[in-house]
Amino acid sequence: MIRFLSILLGWLLLSAATEPTLVPDVSDRKIEIRYSFHGTQILVFGAILYPNGVVPDGQTDIAIVLRGPSQSIRVREKQKLGGLIWVNADETRFRSAPAFYAIASSRPIKKIVDANTADIFELGLNSLQLSPSSGMAVDAEHRFEQGLIDLRSRNALYANQAGNVEITNGVLYRAQIDIPARVPVGRYTAEHFLIRHGHVLAVATSNIEIHKIGFERFVAVSAVAFPLEYGLVVVALSVLFGWSAGVLFKRI
Amino acid sequence: MKIMDLYLPIANISVNAFAIILLGGAVGILSGMFGLGGGFLTTPILIFFGIPPAVAAASASSQLTGASVSGVIAHLRRNGVDLKMGYILVFGGILGSFFGAYLFKLLQNSGQIDTVINVLYVVLLCTVGGLMARSAWRAIVAQRSGDPTPVRTRHHHRWIVALPFHWRFKASGIYLSPLAPLILGFFTGIMTELLGVGGGFILIPAKVYLFGMRSKVVAGTSLFQILFVTATATMVNALTNHSVDIVLAGLLLVGSVVGAQVGTRFAERIPPDYMRLGLAVLILLVAFRLIIGLGIHPDEIYTIEVTR
Repeated sequence: MIRFLSILLGWLLLSAATEPTLVPDVSDRKIEIRYSFHGTQILVFGAILYPNGVVPDGQTDIAIVLRGPSQSIRVREKQKLGGLIWVNADETRFRSAPAFYAIASSRPIKKIVDANTADIFELGLNSLQLSPSSGMAVDAEHRFEQGLIDLRSRNALYANQAGNVEITNGVLYRAQIDIPARVPVGRYTAEHFLIRHGHVLAVATSNIEIHKIGFERFVAVSAVAFPLEYGLVVVALSVLFGWSAGVLFKRI
Repeated sequence: MKIMDLYLPIANISVNAFAIILLGGAVGILSGMFGLGGGFLTTPILIFFGIPPAVAAASASSQLTGASVSGVIAHLRRNGVDLKMGYILVFGGILGSFFGAYLFKLLQNSGQIDTVINVLYVVLLCTVGGLMARSAWRAIVAQRSGDPTPVRTRHHHRWIVALPFHWRFKASGIYLSPLAPLILGFFTGIMTELLGVGGGFILIPAKVYLFGMRSKVVAGTSLFQILFVTATATMVNALTNHSVDIVLAGLLLVGSVVGAQVGTRFAERIPPDYMRLGLAVLILLVAFRLIIGLGIHPDEIYTIEVTR
């Protein structure tokens, strides 16, 4: 047992001595959605630990991916029917589309890694592994993917912020990422990538929880957990408002 | 105006609270002046605000509940409600709203819900707006030339008479098959559930021109039905698709109940025909905006539905 531990320790020291590591952190581990929430910003930052503390020469890049919970979604496409009216004519499913995805990097992703590496680590909007349903023609699949990415980009749910990572003295890095008002709730991860010469040398993640609190949370939870009571309260409120306004105005 | 921003917990967006209260107030004024619920304006305008259509329709229907309460109480006091007729209409309306919820699910699964809602709205708004513009225009022309406004007499429609089992509706002063109000209630119930409208703009002409009801009870009976059917629709929405946003409904209510009281007072002072023409133009503008989305260019080609 002791021998095993000493081997493990030796291996850890050795590996730590040859590869750089990342110490990741975020400014807020929890983001709370309250009554006046209209989006926020989160600071994702960290430090690069080099073996023996020596910063090597050459270009070092950092990419940060902030990713929301994975969703199974259906994307519909409108087509003009009979030259008259736009209707949903075609649809496809993606089984693992992130509800939120923002990537920040010290340089444009294309200049940091090749397409293959980008696909493996899902770096960039065009490298997302969306798990489309099988049996789709490749060009149709591509069309739907672009439609999805375009729509979510315009709602600020998908974002590409190349050049947004700042590296100080080759050791400290930071990126400011926008969280829009429409952000879905759930567990988020910030993945930090250290990249040199087209290779990902170190990966680290930090977790962020985004949730509604207080009254907003109470309402959202009760609407689903106690739908009968919730509905009755809304109806009672409507009747009370209408009735009291009638009574009040009669006095005036 | 960031201070007035309020997060809607079900719609999942922030809106300007003041703008929603104003919208509720404007619709309330219209309803006070013309006796229309105004749901046909609230829902599309909420959708333009970026609120999901299902949440908009569900929250607008609870606004209608609030807007009709004081009217129902006032009409009940002066015997302005045919309760027998009202109960049948409400029963039909409740059946209709359940059927509407079923239709909603069916259309949602096939992906055509938004198109159907928009097409129904265009038909509805063009019909209401067109008829209102025509009658207001005629009244204005008649008034200017000094001719008396032609009055339509109330009478039974032929196919209404053909329906079986005639009951006596004493307060309405008619003999009528209960199937007629049941069917009318059923269809307006479907509309309440799908579109978030009370249906007064169909109920009132149907009662006057098809059923031939005494005019004293027409408005009261319609409000009675709208009160109960919109309350049912709110319950059905809360139970099936959880799309009622209590914050949004509350904001609309504050505006509309106050607006309705103001509107009732306005109605006594302003020449109604010009206002009616103005309202008709507004309704047609909303319809035009929807037609652009349907026929010329949709706001979005792609739409996303989260399935789990």
